[in-house]
Order: sequence, then structure tokens, then C-alpha cells
Amino acid sequence: MAKYVVKRVLMALLTVLVVACITFFLMNAIPGNPWLSDKTPSPQVLENLNRKYGLDQPVHIQLVKYLGNLSRLDLGVSIKMQKNYPVINIIKEMFPVSAKIGGFALLWAILVGVPLGCVAAYNRGNAVDSVLRVICTVGISLPSFVVAALLSFLFCGGLPNMKIFPTMFDGTWQSYILPCFALGFYPMCYISRQSRAAMLDAINQEYIKTARAKGLRTGKVIFKHALRNALIPVITYLGPQVAFTLSGGFVVEKVFNIPGLGRYFVQSIQNRDYPVIMGTTIFLATFIVMMNLVVDLLYKVVDPRINLTKGGK
Amino acid sequence: MEKKKLLSLALAGAMSVTLLAGCGGGTTPNPAPSDAGGTTPNGGDTPGGAFNLSVCIASEPQTIDPALNSSVDGAIMTQHVFEGLMKWGDTGSAIGGTLNSAELVNGQAASYEKTNNSDGTVTYTFTLRDDIKWSDGQPVTAGDFEYAWKRLVTPATAADYANMASMILNCDAIYYGRDPGTQEVLTAVDAEAYAAEGKEVAYDDPSTLAVTAKDDKTLEVILSYDCPYFLEIAAFPSMLPVRKDIIEANPDGWTHDPASYIGNGAYKMTTWDHNSQIIMEKNPEYYDYANLGPETITFKLMDDQNAMLNAYNSDELQFINDMPVDEIPTLLSDGKMDIVDYIGTYYVCYQTQKAPFDDWRVRKAFTLAIDSKYIVEKVTQSGEVPATGFVAAGIYDAEGSAGADFRTVGGDYWNAPLDDATYQANLEEANKLLDEAGYEDRSTFPVVTYLYNTSDNHKAIGEALQSQWKNGLGVEVKLENQDWSVFLQTRKDGDYEIARNGWISDYNDPMAFLDMWVTGGGNNDAQYSNPEYDAAIREANSTSDPAARMAAMHKAEDLIMGQDWALGPIYFYTQKFMLKSDVHNAFYTPLGYYFFMYATRG
Repeated sequence: MAKYVVKRVLMALLTVLVVACITFFLMNAIPGNPWLSDKTPSPQVLENLNRKYGLDQPVHIQLVKYLGNLSRLDLGVSIKMQKNYPVINIIKEMFPVSAKIGGFALLWAILVGVPLGCVAAYNRGNAVDSVLRVICTVGISLPSFVVAALLSFLFCGGLPNMKIFPTMFDGTWQSYILPCFALGFYPMCYISRQSRAAMLDAINQEYIKTARAKGLRTGKVIFKHALRNALIPVITYLGPQVAFTLSGGFVVEKVFNIPGLGRYFVQSIQNRDYPVIMGTTIFLATFIVMMNLVVDLLYKVVDPRINLTKGGK
Repeated sequence: MEKKKLLSLALAGAMSVTLLAGCGGGTTPNPAPSDAGGTTPNGGDTPGGAFNLSVCIASEPQTIDPALNSSVDGAIMTQHVFEGLMKWGDTGSAIGGTLNSAELVNGQAASYEKTNNSDGTVTYTFTLRDDIKWSDGQPVTAGDFEYAWKRLVTPATAADYANMASMILNCDAIYYGRDPGTQEVLTAVDAEAYAAEGKEVAYDDPSTLAVTAKDDKTLEVILSYDCPYFLEIAAFPSMLPVRKDIIEANPDGWTHDPASYIGNGAYKMTTWDHNSQIIMEKNPEYYDYANLGPETITFKLMDDQNAMLNAYNSDELQFINDMPVDEIPTLLSDGKMDIVDYIGTYYVCYQTQKAPFDDWRVRKAFTLAIDSKYIVEKVTQSGEVPATGFVAAGIYDAEGSAGADFRTVGGDYWNAPLDDATYQANLEEANKLLDEAGYEDRSTFPVVTYLYNTSDNHKAIGEALQSQWKNGLGVEVKLENQDWSVFLQTRKDGDYEIARNGWISDYNDPMAFLDMWVTGGGNNDAQYSNPEYDAAIREANSTSDPAARMAAMHKAEDLIMGQDWALGPIYFYTQKFMLKSDVHNAFYTPLGYYFFMYATRG
């Protein structure tokens, strides 16, 4: 087991390194540069800026320098969005806010989605199942920016006398409710559908028949025996989803004015803020790789039959 | 065993929670619910009483270092924290809603003396006020200004506006450099040419900038010519004083920490929650502390226009200057939104080096066929003014603020299509020009592409232009949009036929609109090149006679608009804003700066 983990961690480091190199070349390949604006500075200023931020060097030398700094956990400074502000500080400040909202969003998505899936599976074909299916289909089809904008309009002052929640995120518990709902709605529906399908599969297994034949109560059969196997696809989905959701949803953060990390993924590219593009990408990549490792280890906990070290990976 | 099973069930859910616990405990200042945020304006009931003001002018500023900043929102913030030799003051007369206009008044300078020297240079001697202090209690000295201005022109500072004070003696030699042989100081035009040819340039040392602190209270500035707008430059946000000891202690980080962000202005920053808010409170060291307005001014940093409007409607914000486009007509007709002048021009630029737009007749035909009245009334709907020239209305002519507008003096290059007859006459002329250019058979005119950056507003204008060119001239125009950074690069490279463009002036002088069109200029997106034009700009830059200078600039505009028709101006910008009707004494300059330091409520 320990050997397996060490091997995976080394693989993870290699993966992140490859991601860093690819991102570095890709971002230098897209047209435009950080200094362009409606008023492009004069060649003298551009030269000064490029020299100051090391952009006057050839791309491969820039990359070598960047990787050298990265090995010392130095992600450089933002060159446009928050000029001269260390990227590591941006991540340190913005990630906790995003993670808190993403965490609550996923928490309710799991706590509601999994039981709903079980209920739907148990009531397969009848009215309850149909109602849940409609809800989930709506949830999966509605992009989060529609949900967020709709919620903001309905409950944040868009309608007269309907201002229940704050318009601008201020850290109070009230200001968490709408963003968490908006961010968690899609995963909730997705998890619910996943667990319904997995649950249906599990219910028809022989060992469930055995459990029923033993005379166990329905609740125990469903939640103790069937659910455990049904959880595997949910966990598979959750691994990378945790990384994505906790790193922040761009649109939800924009609509509710949340000072989170999400906006940096999109805006750093629009702004060609190279160090921020690199920093956020490497951060997200590391997070995803880490979560995939956690998921693989979790399989073992949920289903002890899974063998991590041999063949089954 | 039982415990382990329970664990496995709970794990899926707990995964996210444990992660949270891991990262939630950091030192990060989560934006705490702040009383200063002004969700409920304390004491707003008592007229003129203490209150907190919350405004939204933009999202997170790129920088609030006066030398590095080049954005209007950053400039608004820095002008609340710092004060220049001159500053903008309230005139007391309303220009839109309860917003007042601004005038240039003495700031940190108690007085100044102007001497015209025999060699054509001009010496300004500023005497500083006696009672001026930094927010940490230290006195403001003339040396602080000398340091700040020399820092601005130092190449290592890499300031966008490093040549803002190009009228100061030796600024050009530091910025554009000299010919190493002749020692001749280069102009903007020469510098472009030298860079293009790869010729060597010798730069003067920034310490030679003609700004000298004669003593703690006296600052001497020598200008290379009698620049009519120099006092306005003395109030410009790039020219604000900064503290040497603080910047040298932390050159790149001093603006990020309220403790080291020491200013000499009316307010001082107490909190900066990134992407959330900047809170400023009255600076007790400020000489006019007793008369300042809000206890705190909170700049909410927001992106979403709907959220801004909602927050304004619920009085969480008392001022916004961006709102959802769809709401604008209603807000205007309800009298909730107001409009003020903004010195800038929205225009299309033609790729003047590529067919079919290498022919001035084609360019003029396209410009004349634009129904700008329709665009401002039906598309943008914010009271913009149809343009009839490139230099925007509101720019001073030779007599400065006392005299007529540069636009009025320069006149109209064509008749604005304010009524149908005029537009039809314009179209007739346009069609004749296209015929003369060899396109009598319109089907021989190539399908051209109008390029704009992705945005609903620009798209709507593009669609209007497309149909006006189609119906008015019978030519096909395709629309193409690009992501902002890509668009800028494409336009700069001249890789287009017609492109959207816009220019907002930094200072009140026609040169802000004209020097960009010199051959090879960094913002010369039209790839315009006319030696006569370059000569006119050079002449304007080198003469010390204000009247001759203006005449040269009028000549330049006559060339680029009246003769070559390189640009197709559509309208002059306006600023839309919403300010609560019980907030008084906020004021505004047409350069886009809002000032709230003397605002009152009630």
C-alpha cells in the first residue's frame, strides 16, 4: 500500500510537470500579450515592461526559469490583474472562500442527491420517481449561470419587496445560501441520477436477494447492503468534481460578487496574465491529481474486494 | 467493525468537509461583514450628518500605485488617497442629477509663479502649503514630488504613462532618447522610426528631469515650451506625490498593505479585501479634514451589472456607473439614471493600406453612410452625440477653458445626419464617391469584414452599421468578433478591413487624440501614414506659441479627417451613472473622474 502511494505521488508530480509545460507553451501561443489595451503603451514602455517581467527572454528560457522558481514554490507575481501581487497570495486568499462555498455546495449535493437517488430507485416507475426525474433533468440542463442569475433576480432585490438575501457577498451565513445552492444544484441532480442507476443495478444483485431472504428490513437492505456498492460511481464522479467545485465557479462568483478563485481561471487567460494562468492551472491540476488518488484509496475503503496494488491498479 | 462501516458511508460526504477544515483556517481575511460597508447609512437621516458612502466604479483595480496606474477606476481611488500640486475641486453647479462639475484648483501647492524664459522655456515655481502632512504624520515636502515625478520617468518603473509629463524639460530625452551622433532629442515620430530601423538610441538619466526641490516647500519645474495644459498635468493621477522611504522599503508591495499605503490626500485606505471592497476613512492629517464628507467611502469591487443595479436599488450602494444595457432606456425615462459628458470618440478605423480602403473615396463613402443619429438614439441610447470630427467635443482650444472648444473651432467635416434629408444627401455623396472609385457596379465591390471585440453593445452597433452600409451603399459587410486580447492584436497588426475603435482622452488637449496617428505610432491601428500629417504633429510638438500649436493640430485633423478620411467617427462618448438623489456635493470631470470626498447625504 505504502509503495503504491509513493508510486502514485511520483506519477502525480510528473503529471503536474507535464501540465505546466504544455500550459506554458499554449499560453505563449495564443495571440495577444498582457500589455495590449485600447491604449497600447509606447515601444519604450513595452520594452521596460518586458524587461521587468522577464518576457524579453526566449520562451524556453522563461520556462526553465519558471520551473526553477516553481520548485521553490515561487509562483511569481501577477503582471496585469493585480500588478506585482504574488500569485501564491492570490491563491491563499481566494481559494478558502471558493472552497468554503464549493464545499457546502457539494455537501448538500451529496447529502440530498444520494438519498434522492435511492428513493427514486426504490420507487422505480411510480410517481415519486417521475417527479424526481423531472427535477434532475431540469437541474442537469440548466447551466449554473442561469440558476445563479435567476436566484439573484428573485431574492436579491430584482423584484420589489423580495430582497431576502444580500446582493453582495459579505461573509455572513445568509450570503452563502444562494451561491451554495446555485453551485450545488447541478452536482446534486447528477449525483442523484448516478446513484439511482447504480442503486437499481445493486438491487438486482444476488446478495440483495439473499439479504431479503434473510428477512432484513428494507431500510437496512437498501442503505447498508445496496448503497455501499452503489456509491462507487458517485465517488468516481466526485473526485475531480471536488477539485473543480472547490476551486470556484466563475459565473456564480461573478453574479454574487464572491471574492473567490474562480474568476482567475477565466480572467487570467483573457488578460494574458501569464503567471496567474500558470499558477491557477498548476494549482487546479495538482488538486485534481490529488483527488484522483484519494478516490482510488477510497474505493478500497468502500469495497475491500478492490485490489489497488495488483492488476486492478 | 460497525464503526468502520459507518465511516465508509460517511466518507463520500466527509471528503469535502475535511478538505474544507484543511484550508479554511488560513490567515486570509475573509471579507467580514463590515459596518463600514454602509449597508445601512448610519445617521443618514440628519441632513449633512455623518454617514458612510458605498460606491461601485469597477471591479478589482489592476494597481493603485499612482505611477503604474493607467485606468480610470484606479485614478479615482488614487485621487482620494493622494493629492497633487493642483487638484479637481467642486464648482457647486450640477451637471446631471445631483452631481456637480469640477474645476482645477490649488491642491498641495499654495501658489505658483510662472516665468517665461528668453529661450522659450517656462519655469513654474510652486510653493507648497504649510499644513500638509502624509497620513502617518510626516510633512509633505517638495522633495516628495521630485522623487515621484522622476520615479515616473525611470524606465525600471515601467509606467504606462511615463511620458505624461513630456512638456517638462528633458522628459523626451529620457523617454525617447537622443541620436547618439547628433545628440538631437528624438520626438515620438523619430523614436518609432529609430525602433523600426533598429538604430541605436542614447537615453538621458531620469535624474536630469527638470524638476527640482529648491527647499522643503519650493518646487521648481522647467517646461521645454509653454504648455497650455501643464497645470492640468500637475493634477494628473500619474503625477501624485509618493514617499521614497516607503517605496524603497517595498517597491512592488507597498500598495498592497493599508499600513504602508501612505497618502497625502483626503482619505486613507484602511481595508482592501481583494475582489470585494476597498474601504477608506477620513485622513485626520489632511489639512481640510474638518470639511470632509463621508466617515468612510467604500469602493465595492464588482463585475456583475445586475448585482450592481440590485445593490443600488436596495441602497447598499449609493452610486454606480455601469448598469445592464437592457435597463438603460427604462432607467433614463424614469429619471433614475443621468448622463454627463465624457471626452472620447467611438469610431471605426479603416485599414488604410489595404484595398478597398486604401482609397480615400471609399473610406469617405463608408463614413458618410453611417447613420449616427440612429445608432445613438436606437442602439446605444445613452445620450451620445453624433460625431462630425475625430477630436471629441469638450477639448479646449488655444484659450483653454475660457475659450471655444477645439471641435467648434475645427468645425464639422460632414453634416451629422440629424434629419432624414441630411442623411439622404450624405448617402448621395457617398454613392457618387463609390462610383468615382470605380465601383459603379456594386457587385464588383469586395465583401469586406467589420471586426469588433465580443460584446453585446459592439455587436448591436456592428449590426446597425452592416445594414446601413448595405442599404445606403449596396455593399456587403460581414461581421466578425474576436476575444478582447486577440482583437487588440489583430487590429494593431492591421489584419482587418474595418474595425471598431474607441479613444478616451487622458488630458484635455487635442494632442491626446492626434499624436497616435503618426506613421508607425503604437496605437495607429489604421496604419495611417502621411508625411504631411507627421510634419504637422512635429510642428505642434516643437512650437512654444499656443496659437501656432493649435493651428498645427487643426491642420493635422484636417488632413486625417477632411482630406484622407482615415477614420469614421460615430459618436462622442457619454458617462451614465446613478447617484442617490439625497447625496450631494459629489463632483465629476469629463475625463471620467468622480470625487466623493466632500459628499453629503440628506
